[in-house]
Amino acid sequence: MTTAHESETVKMQTTVKPNSLADVAQAMRAPGTRAIGTGLETRGIHAWFGKHHALSNISLDFAAGTVTALIGPSGCGKSTFIRTINRMHEFIPGAAMAGEVLLDGKDVYAPGTDVTKIRLQIGMVFQKPNPFPSMTIGENVLSGLKLAQLKVENKDELMQECLERAGLWSEVKDRLGAHGGSLSGGQQQRLCIARALAVQPQVLLMDEPCSALDPGSTLRIEDTIRHLSETMTIIIVTHNMQQAARVSDYTAFFLSEGGPGQMIEVAPTSDIFSRPQDERTENYVTGRFG
Amino acid sequence: MSSVVTAIPTKPWKASKRERAIDLSVFITALVTSYVFVGISAMKGKLAYFAIFFLAYALFTSIFKARQRGSAAAKDAFINSLVAIGAIVTVIPVFSILVTVLHKGLPGISFGLFTHDMALATPTDPLNNGGLLHAITGTLTLVCIALVLSVPIAILTALYLTEIKGRLSGPIRFLVQAMSGVPSIVAGLFILSAILYPITKAYSGLMGALALTILMIPTIARTSEEVLNLIPNELREAGTALGGTQWRTVAMIVLPAAKSGLITAIILGVARIAGETAPILLLTGGGDRVNPNAFNGPMGSLPYYIWKSFNAGSPEAITRAWAGLLVLIGLVLILFTFARLLGSRKASK
Repeated sequence: MTTAHESETVKMQTTVKPNSLADVAQAMRAPGTRAIGTGLETRGIHAWFGKHHALSNISLDFAAGTVTALIGPSGCGKSTFIRTINRMHEFIPGAAMAGEVLLDGKDVYAPGTDVTKIRLQIGMVFQKPNPFPSMTIGENVLSGLKLAQLKVENKDELMQECLERAGLWSEVKDRLGAHGGSLSGGQQQRLCIARALAVQPQVLLMDEPCSALDPGSTLRIEDTIRHLSETMTIIIVTHNMQQAARVSDYTAFFLSEGGPGQMIEVAPTSDIFSRPQDERTENYVTGRFG
Repeated sequence: MSSVVTAIPTKPWKASKRERAIDLSVFITALVTSYVFVGISAMKGKLAYFAIFFLAYALFTSIFKARQRGSAAAKDAFINSLVAIGAIVTVIPVFSILVTVLHKGLPGISFGLFTHDMALATPTDPLNNGGLLHAITGTLTLVCIALVLSVPIAILTALYLTEIKGRLSGPIRFLVQAMSGVPSIVAGLFILSAILYPITKAYSGLMGALALTILMIPTIARTSEEVLNLIPNELREAGTALGGTQWRTVAMIVLPAAKSGLITAIILGVARIAGETAPILLLTGGGDRVNPNAFNGPMGSLPYYIWKSFNAGSPEAITRAWAGLLVLIGLVLILFTFARLLGSRKASK
């Protein structure tokens, strides 16, 4: 999606792009004014767990402000793939990878990269809601700022904004001092989304964010995703094909045929579901297997 | 027209009056059996009553259940009564100790006990002479120094084992486990030969506290490791994914989530050392006056006071010893309650 010429401009922009934490904090004081970046590119991503080759040669472009759904049967490497993007893959003992993840044209695996800053730019929402148990709802929302030691002047405004964008504000505004664990599962997941938003990421990775939720909460979160895509790039792993069809602009189909997981096909979501190019994709989206 | 439905809340799963009456009669039958059996057999004493009562009760309930609901229910009832017996047998010694200490120690408790030391009195003096203030302050000083020294070391060790998981984890875990089996006299002798004789050449509270630290570290480290392992990995991942370094994630998320468990670990550590006597005898010099300086001069402590009073042998001295025991138990209880309150208030904030 990005031509070589555009990549050049990207590199020029990034050299002048302010990068210190103070600048990030400055940008956060004025919500909405921060550019959402030029998107994310992955180039030939492989991943291993010890000797097990889990993922082979994934090259995908994620244009800024789009929602991309990753679908495919369990064990095909979708989660592994998104965990290589924000460098969470490396926490697994024995993990290895190859390839490049370019955020605004810069490889997040380049030597000397500040990993924590990468994770501030690429947020993540997990499969199971995991609010921090020792913190209140309000503290959970702002926990990312505290973890990364970022200073923000109008904390209350930011908290409200994040909760509103996650679609949770009206439900919790009177009990911000209550524990995160006192919320329902769906509310907890939206709290985790609000928490990820507070550090103003350019990219949001969502690893099956609705798989533990009821249909009502799922719809709320899908609304949130559509709303968020105006200001950030979203990559969502899902087993629910209706969900992929509802929320995403692009869909990529992953499959492991005994060997490492591969990407079979990527296309605009309507094409994947109406006229897939590959027979295996068609079998999967029509429910003939998987 | 809709009829008004009236429902009375009931608890059908609770035992009915008839069932409770049957349970009571089984209980009484077992009681009578134990009396009759002890009366006609050669077995004598309280222990015989207990043993026969429990056996008879387990037997009668299972026979009754077998007639009522078959063999599976009988087995269930039998195991249930065994578990109940086990629980009661465990609690009996604890209560027995508490009652004995209260019974024998209360006569020795007076206001003066908490305001005087033994500088001008001997254990065999009348009870209104002297007190154990020096022992209380001494024990508190020893415990505090040992806490300050051992808690950081022990929790950092636990963090190394659970968070860093470095290459030395295996050997360190093994050493910590081995250390928890070290007899307290060995810890005392170690400090005596490694520090007291070659370096300080004098008894002091610090020497005792160092030995107690050695005893405390493995207890706290092992329990903390268990507690930290219970914290779900998802929380660590969430912290890291939000841009926290490993240290920030541990300090902000893992440790607060484990707080009440860590407090339990520290309580267990205090419980391990509060009544420790052997290293104290070797290292503190066992002073008889209040000594606020842990670095200089002999320091009294409750275990030492108890030991010394029992050795003196006169009725007054024995009463002093029991009073000292009572105060020691009370002190530990107060420390535990305080720690629990601290933990629960922070957690519910």
